[in-house]
Amino acid sequence: MFIRITIPTLLLMVLALVPFVAPGMQVLLTLALAKGIAVMGITVLLRSGQVSFGHALYFAIAAYGGAFTLMLMPGADLIVVFVFGIIAAVLSGIIVGLFVARYRFIFFAMLNLAFSMIFWSILEKFYHYTGGADGMRLPRPTVMWIELERGAYELVMFYLALALALGLGWFSMRWLDSPTGQLFRTIKTNETRLQYLGMSPQRVMLTGYVLSALLCGVGGIIMGLVQGVVTPEYAFWVRSGEMVFIAVLGGAGSVPGALVGAAIYEIVRTYASAFAGDIWQLVLGTFLLIIILFAPGGIAGIYSGVMDRIAGKKEEGE
Amino acid sequence: MTHLLETKGLEIRFGGVVAADNITLQIDAGKNLAIIGPNGAGKTTFLNICTGWLKPASGKVYFEGRDVTPLSPRAITRLGVARAFQIPQLFTEHTALENLLIATAARDRLRNPIRALKDTRQRAEMMHLLDMINCTDAAHQQVDELSEGQRKLIDIAVALALRPKLLLMDEPTSGVASSEKFDVMEILVKALAEAEVTAVFVEHDMGIVERYADEVAVWNMGKIELRGTPQEVLEHPDVIRDVIGEVA
Repeated sequence: MFIRITIPTLLLMVLALVPFVAPGMQVLLTLALAKGIAVMGITVLLRSGQVSFGHALYFAIAAYGGAFTLMLMPGADLIVVFVFGIIAAVLSGIIVGLFVARYRFIFFAMLNLAFSMIFWSILEKFYHYTGGADGMRLPRPTVMWIELERGAYELVMFYLALALALGLGWFSMRWLDSPTGQLFRTIKTNETRLQYLGMSPQRVMLTGYVLSALLCGVGGIIMGLVQGVVTPEYAFWVRSGEMVFIAVLGGAGSVPGALVGAAIYEIVRTYASAFAGDIWQLVLGTFLLIIILFAPGGIAGIYSGVMDRIAGKKEEGE
Repeated sequence: MTHLLETKGLEIRFGGVVAADNITLQIDAGKNLAIIGPNGAGKTTFLNICTGWLKPASGKVYFEGRDVTPLSPRAITRLGVARAFQIPQLFTEHTALENLLIATAARDRLRNPIRALKDTRQRAEMMHLLDMINCTDAAHQQVDELSEGQRKLIDIAVALALRPKLLLMDEPTSGVASSEKFDVMEILVKALAEAEVTAVFVEHDMGIVERYADEVAVWNMGKIELRGTPQEVLEHPDVIRDVIGEVA
């Protein structure tokens, strides 16, 4: 138990010190945390046995929500931008969720994809409002009504992303263990019994779906605010696929795995593209192949297996 | 007088097969009814209609005097009609205790998003229920690791966790070793009596029917052929020929 907690705590401490010991990694890790939070949304859905190939929709809606907030209210504070971006993601999650929550498996996955691609087309075609393929700028907002320089702003965004990743990660894990979360997880195994408990599977599905939209939205708004620009690529299917990829890499269904998976993905992608040119996708693809074939529990599964082995050896020793 | 459950003129066909042919029946609180009949007689169909899973072509189902025919299974469940299945319908990735706690989460509409289900105050109540059905040892085992008999009991306990007024059970002892059938029923009947739940159960074992039913209804080709006390029904020559003979 001690070692199980020690390693994540040490990792967290190292992460918290990154801006001081490895400032070059700070933005990269902020983006990784943003993606990790979004991937937590996919992870939540996976607990109900469903996978979405369109959750970049909420990633993009929140980021565009933030961009529109800053366009309509120049100089708006970070909190205001966040709130509007997340409200946009949650509201759209409810609206789309009401429709897709009655579908399962491939139909659920593809309907989500369809919605995200419709939104992508709207972003591309409504050039006068959305900036088309060029996207929209997100000028730096004030933080607690104080204008910050770039360096300080990026530092705030790093710690905000870290705090949100931890807070939302904790909340997601608690939620999955809560009565609502446990009901949501039963979608995977027995919807017939769920109905005979007096519950609507669609409504149960919707609760988890909205939470996943919220998480993707938080990821999207952080990403947009850090990059300072949001483009239709945020809603593109490749982005949704990337989220599923990271979720599998981290350990399908594991909330901490989503964050670790996102960090590894972002680091591998950045350095592989720098050192291996056009073959970084090959590197990542091979990595995923190895995970699926030899460690289907993902990074979280590998970690848990190693910890079990250590705990087992300790017990044997005693 | 209002009956607990009443059906009037239920009819349903599947292609050329008549599964319910003018089924009219009243069930009163406190009287456990056994439904017997050959395979394909329409017994499970009757349960499916009463719980809203199937809609009859004609006829009505009343629960405590209220017309529940157009309602969904979940709406009927909320009114107090629970169901146990021939093949246990459980949440296979959860333990026996978690299955019961999930039922209480649905029953009590527990919505606290950060309190773990296992820490809710319903835990003690569900441990008592597991104790009542002699499954305390299975509390923390995943249900797909349990024996068929235990799964059956857990399935019924999940239904009981809803605190229903009426419990419809489809062959509660099928799949249970014959040496354990009476033990299982003994446990069940005791639990039902403690919970003050009226039971309707489909059963093929006439020994079980004789010992545990207050009334028996005989189904054949979608019709109720006969209804009466276990003694009246099980000694009837038609039943001996069509049902008991076939079972034997």
